[in-house]
Amino acid sequence: MSPVSEALSSTSTTDKAAKALLPLDDFTWNSWSAMETQWRVERLLSRYVACIDEDDLENWPEFFTLDTCRYEIITRENVERGMPLALMFCTSRGMLVDRIVSLREANIYPQRWYRHIISNVLIQSVDAECLQVQSNYVVLQTRRNGQTDIFSAGKYLDRIVLSKGELKFSEKRVVVDTHRVDTLLVAPI
Amino acid sequence: MNAPMESFEQRWTSSPEGFRVPYEVFTDRAYYDKEQEKIFRGETWSFVGLEAELPNKGDFKATAIGDTPVIVTRDQVGQIRVFKNRCAHRGALLVREPRGNVKSFDCVYHQWSFDLTGALRGVPMRRGVRGQGGMPPEFDMANFGLDALRVESLNGVIFASFSSTVEPLLDYLGEEVVDTIQRIFNRPIRIMGDQRQYVHGNWKLYAENTRDPYHGSLLHLFHNTFGLYRATQAGVSHMDASKRHSILKVVATATPASESENKEVYKDVRSYNTDFHLQDPSILAGRKEFDDGSTLIINAIFPNLLLQQIANTLAVRQSVTYAPDAFEIVWTLFGYADDDEEMQMIRMKQSNLIGPAGLISMEDGEAVEIVQEAVVRDGKKTSLLAMGGGRAENVEHMITEAPIIGFWENYCRYLGITQVRVA
Repeated sequence: MSPVSEALSSTSTTDKAAKALLPLDDFTWNSWSAMETQWRVERLLSRYVACIDEDDLENWPEFFTLDTCRYEIITRENVERGMPLALMFCTSRGMLVDRIVSLREANIYPQRWYRHIISNVLIQSVDAECLQVQSNYVVLQTRRNGQTDIFSAGKYLDRIVLSKGELKFSEKRVVVDTHRVDTLLVAPI
Repeated sequence: MNAPMESFEQRWTSSPEGFRVPYEVFTDRAYYDKEQEKIFRGETWSFVGLEAELPNKGDFKATAIGDTPVIVTRDQVGQIRVFKNRCAHRGALLVREPRGNVKSFDCVYHQWSFDLTGALRGVPMRRGVRGQGGMPPEFDMANFGLDALRVESLNGVIFASFSSTVEPLLDYLGEEVVDTIQRIFNRPIRIMGDQRQYVHGNWKLYAENTRDPYHGSLLHLFHNTFGLYRATQAGVSHMDASKRHSILKVVATATPASESENKEVYKDVRSYNTDFHLQDPSILAGRKEFDDGSTLIINAIFPNLLLQQIANTLAVRQSVTYAPDAFEIVWTLFGYADDDEEMQMIRMKQSNLIGPAGLISMEDGEAVEIVQEAVVRDGKKTSLLAMGGGRAENVEHMITEAPIIGFWENYCRYLGITQVRVA
């Protein structure tokens, strides 16, 4: 497949990895043991959601690789139909930055707080360049009046690489079970 | 909720300043119920889907007209059919999945089976079991088919009606809307997927929003913020002869507004800021694909459809109602079957602009909700529709609320509301 048709395909490499056999519990990646790799991945995910939940969105693009990266929020409904349409579809770090500038400067939306809960962090495959990691997420949303609801539930399908000694997402696919968006979606998940 | 109106006799009075709409129309259950009867299940054609969603015989989708659940399917000879999604036996939902492919519609409750034309074909234990039970001799399967709606398609866009007397679809749409549909659906399409947006507000606030060219550059500030807006772009705000539909169109102008002209137009606006620039402008890269040069067409089709072309994003938006203060917008984006890979990628990137996370459209959900929240009481107070003169007249610009007035005049006609205009 060409890079474009691969990008348009709704079943990306991370989906395929999810279906592949799980690796052995023991592996070594970049001289880290399986346990240390797991710990570093979980730390990355924790820092990632803290960045969003603490409204430190200017730093959110920093979690992604600089040269090429892909971030998308796509509904499970579209994935299961084999359709590519996403809610957010970013194919460069610049598009991530533009999302945040638009959120800060242009878009009109009510003040709401996100609270991400992540669990079931599972390293699914390991090769020399990258880790494929799946995890579950829930986003709680609290409105101005203090009411908290589940805004979104789903899973992260992440492709994580080591870039200058730091773990970064080269691809992050947010597959959303909650395919009906409550009013609007402005911040990343 | 307000007490139900005993007899639905309403009288709306407009003022010399413009058309007035009482806020109770957005909150009162009596209006909502009357709309279901007189609009969604009345003398109208509602959008139910695209034929491209149902390419094969036996394909179906479940959707709703207003709040009535319906099934859209393609039968064994390829004909599109629409039924109420309700078993003729005891009223259970017949189809419980959003879409799929079947040979027959089988109710899970007692396994009554209907073929794709809606005819009842099977009733388990109809003649009893070992002489016990069974349906009475008077029972005639021919009397228990599914409730079928009238169906007409235009270039693959499917409409259905509960009415046996509504005019044919083409007459209902009128020439300019037919042209708009035929322009966009000029060749086979490829569905890209759906986006769904639940809005805590009344569906008519979105009908207003999509007929409102005035708000475009004032609520949606993405283009302004990134220095991309042209204040004086040429546009038209048209309605069909009945004025229930509207066609808002922007044509890329040969003489873009100068910086000073933009500054003058937007001097009262909270954000006219050209300090920001897109880091990745490929989101706006596109191709000219229509010879007429229109870069934006917002075609609201009464009562439940919006057809749009915004640059290279093509979409239908279907409104499904739940309650006076809740509705859902189902966005279906599409391209053409013959799009090359680059064009598919252009549409994917531009899709960031629209939908519930759309950089230039997410605000509409908020606009609906802040009205809904504020008008919960004071039902006899009214909103004002006056920009552009306060009359439902076609104009060759975008600085108007006229198409919204066209919507309300038709709304009054359907519901039997008397309109009085004080001179």
